Amino acid sequence: MALSSQDVLAGLAELVNDETGIAADAVQMEKSFTDDLDIDSISMMTIVVNAEDKFGVKIPDEKVKDLITVADAVNFITENQA
Amino acid sequence: MRRVVVTGIGATTPLGGDALSSWQALLDGKSGIASLTDDWIEKYEIPVTFAGKAKVAALEVLTPQEAKRLDPSSQFALISAREAWKDAGEPEVAPERLAVDFATGIGGVWTLLDAFDTLKERGPRRVLPMTVPMLMPNGPAAAIGMDLGARAGVRTAVSACASGNESIANGFRRIQLGEADVVVAGGAEAAIHPLPIAAFAAMHALSKRNDEPARASRPYDVDRDGFVMGEGAGALVLEEYESAKARGAKIYCEIVGGAVTSDAYHITAPDPEGSGAARAVLAALEMAGATPSDVEHVNAHATSTPVGDIAEYTALKRVFGDHTDSLVVTATKSATGHLLGGAGAVEAIFTLLALKEQMSPGTINLDNQDPEIPLNVPAKPTPLSRHDAIAISNSFGFGGHNAVLAFRNV
Repeated sequence: MALSSQDVLAGLAELVNDETGIAADAVQMEKSFTDDLDIDSISMMTIVVNAEDKFGVKIPDEKVKDLITVADAVNFITENQA
Repeated sequence: MRRVVVTGIGATTPLGGDALSSWQALLDGKSGIASLTDDWIEKYEIPVTFAGKAKVAALEVLTPQEAKRLDPSSQFALISAREAWKDAGEPEVAPERLAVDFATGIGGVWTLLDAFDTLKERGPRRVLPMTVPMLMPNGPAAAIGMDLGARAGVRTAVSACASGNESIANGFRRIQLGEADVVVAGGAEAAIHPLPIAAFAAMHALSKRNDEPARASRPYDVDRDGFVMGEGAGALVLEEYESAKARGAKIYCEIVGGAVTSDAYHITAPDPEGSGAARAVLAALEMAGATPSDVEHVNAHATSTPVGDIAEYTALKRVFGDHTDSLVVTATKSATGHLLGGAGAVEAIFTLLALKEQMSPGTINLDNQDPEIPLNVPAKPTPLSRHDAIAISNSFGFGGHNAVLAFRNV
């Protein structure tokens, strides 16, 4: 069964917290990964690969640069779930 | 030339999670060596089943996020450097005058080999993006430089088991020459992994005393059969003497010499004449403006290999002649095992504490001293008698590297 946006957000927040230590409740839809959460490109790639495992989606490398905000990632994952 | 003093120390070793607990355990005659319980011992039929793991695991000290981005060698390096920096009272120094000289003998071997396992088992996309910065041998120095904001240069000497001493010698020279005012110097190693153990065992460098691990590291004993792997790090804060004095810093001692030579004899075997090692000792003493008779205490390289221990004795005899009998020698690897690139740094700390407290640590497991090595190597801690004498610490490495440090009370 496909996960809701809220479920994906919660799961993604866990991955961000695990990689960076940023509090999970700071990971909100409108936040920018780089400008607001200060996540660098290396951590971002780790989060992306872990998100692929967790949500069963493929996130192509060329797509990663378009994932500016948390909402961008949540929406992409929600729409592309297996 | 500007004078250089040590104002901070930090360490994480098989004997303790910090410098002073390691020192105390050393004085108490403890061994940091024990059997390994890792499943890879049995899985790969590793012929040596013991080592000196860090007494306090790095993951108990660092946050999970810090640890995730650092190879274990860099984790140990950062822990020891933070302790040393705090111990020095966090000196106020312009970032452009603060440098790092921090070594590793092997580099991020856990990261490299884990990443290859990941590649084989899960494919290239699962290889961690942090793999390269984690495996590079300058990783420990870079981690410390980032943490302390050091902008006068962050460097890594790589000379196998002489690396730690060479880094401290390099840091000492930088302050002497006025290139920096404060240098965090030392070395780290984290190579208790099946591959390095198998590789060192393949060259018959390691003790195989699997049934008595705590008695396996026995420098100068007739029954020594190789070195014992250890892991951890040591860090020193080196500081220009006048500015350290002006800020009222606690001063452990002065570094008066740091010299490096090479054998050009054999890639792994020591020169049996000990001439390269002897030249390093003499060069360090010359920097100090001292003569061999000014030395009272020696922290020997003494890894517990049959040929290495004799070659070092030959070198000492060349330098000290009849004065050799007056030296109080210690072989602290008997307790810590061999920390490879971290050895020189940890032993520098033991040497300067011996000087400061006027107490040489003992050497454990020396049940029957090799008659070919008639050095004065007390089993128990032994008072030193000459407050103004020099103490030296030797490190030698595969590749024919010799690095010797000389210390004196201020």
